[in-house]
Amino acid sequence: MAIGSVAACTTGDTSLTVNDPYEATNRQIHAFNKGLDQIALRPAGRVSGSIPDEYTQPITNFADNVGLPSAVANGLLQADIGGAATNTMRFLINTTVGIGGLFDPAGAIGLTEQKTDFGETLHVWGVGEGAYIELPLLGPSNQRDAVGELVDLLFDPLDQVGTAPQLDYGTFTRAADLGLTRGDLFDTIDGVLYDSADSYEQARLIALQRRRFELGQEAPADDAIDPFAGDLNLEGFE
Amino acid sequence: MTDLTFTRRRIMALTTAPLIAAVPMPALALTGAQAEGLVTRAVDEINGVIASGAALPSMIGSFKGIFDRYADTAYLAAYALGNDGRSASDAQKRAFADAFGFYLANKYGRRFNEFVGGQIQVQGSRAVNSYIEVQTRAILPSEGPLQVDFHVSDRPGRPVFFNLIVEGINMLLAERAEIGAMLDARGGNLDALIRDLT
Repeated sequence: MAIGSVAACTTGDTSLTVNDPYEATNRQIHAFNKGLDQIALRPAGRVSGSIPDEYTQPITNFADNVGLPSAVANGLLQADIGGAATNTMRFLINTTVGIGGLFDPAGAIGLTEQKTDFGETLHVWGVGEGAYIELPLLGPSNQRDAVGELVDLLFDPLDQVGTAPQLDYGTFTRAADLGLTRGDLFDTIDGVLYDSADSYEQARLIALQRRRFELGQEAPADDAIDPFAGDLNLEGFE
Repeated sequence: MTDLTFTRRRIMALTTAPLIAAVPMPALALTGAQAEGLVTRAVDEINGVIASGAALPSMIGSFKGIFDRYADTAYLAAYALGNDGRSASDAQKRAFADAFGFYLANKYGRRFNEFVGGQIQVQGSRAVNSYIEVQTRAILPSEGPLQVDFHVSDRPGRPVFFNLIVEGINMLLAERAEIGAMLDARGGNLDALIRDLT
């Protein structure tokens, strides 16, 4: 398994591997991020959630499209030729037929986005996720994916292949898309951040599993929760 | 899609079997078709409640009823409580199991509007250890398709859900962490937690 160092689980005998030596610092950053959500992202999400999709979809399309050159580069680094080819076709079709990327005709013919990033490239190269960290602004991550974020930020092939509007508005639309995503997932994110008893722990648990799922790292069947395993005393609950 | 009439008949056969034989069901008597049938029936019932257009408290009551009939309520409660349940009395355990069902019905039931117009497509099933994993795709109007796996066992002698994995996120794990944090916030007072969940 790519998950290298393994520390103790924090919630008793669960099967989730949590490696969080920086928990104290992470919790401070979590509190900061939560405050930021309250004053900026959440209000933006409330507004964007009330705007009909036909107005917000072009912004999402544009933001997704400017991210494609980076996804193509990472696909190539991972020797994922199929994914890189699909993303290349998407970028070419949507940038031209899709009027600079505002529309998604490529998706309509089955060329759906093959999401990837340098964190995944590192994973494919055999780098384990390392310690869990919560990043300011960006939220839950881990050491490997944080390096990936930085590399993707510093080396963006869009700088070489992007059109003038893509270079001018790319960053702005990507920021706007964060607000739109907050609006789309309004109740889900509110549930984790404001309705749970320990939002840090819930966010960590969800982010770790979600990312491992994205990377195809299935939890081993031996670790699965199984009612016949006999490790729980059910007497009294029936 | 699953063959509804076929699976219904199988479910009927399974639920009446213990009456005739009067012996507990052995492990892995459950078939993939039965587990898939359970998912289809539960989803149909939930959709029926949503389509009824009843007021929210009434809907949540209906969801709790569906939960009691389709889920392994005892196992879910015991798992969520984990080690904290060891020192609990039987009365506390029973009360917690019931309160936990209300909590789940309330937590997920009040977000039913996200599932309106949505659809669960059963993709197939496979045996894992001593249970069946039913793999589905949830098509929701608000976001792209999600992979949702239902874990089904026949531990109580009939097919029941005991876990749900949404895009790799294990609901039982999340609820154990949440219940643990809620107990911590109440200084470990289980009675206070039961009161607040109900």
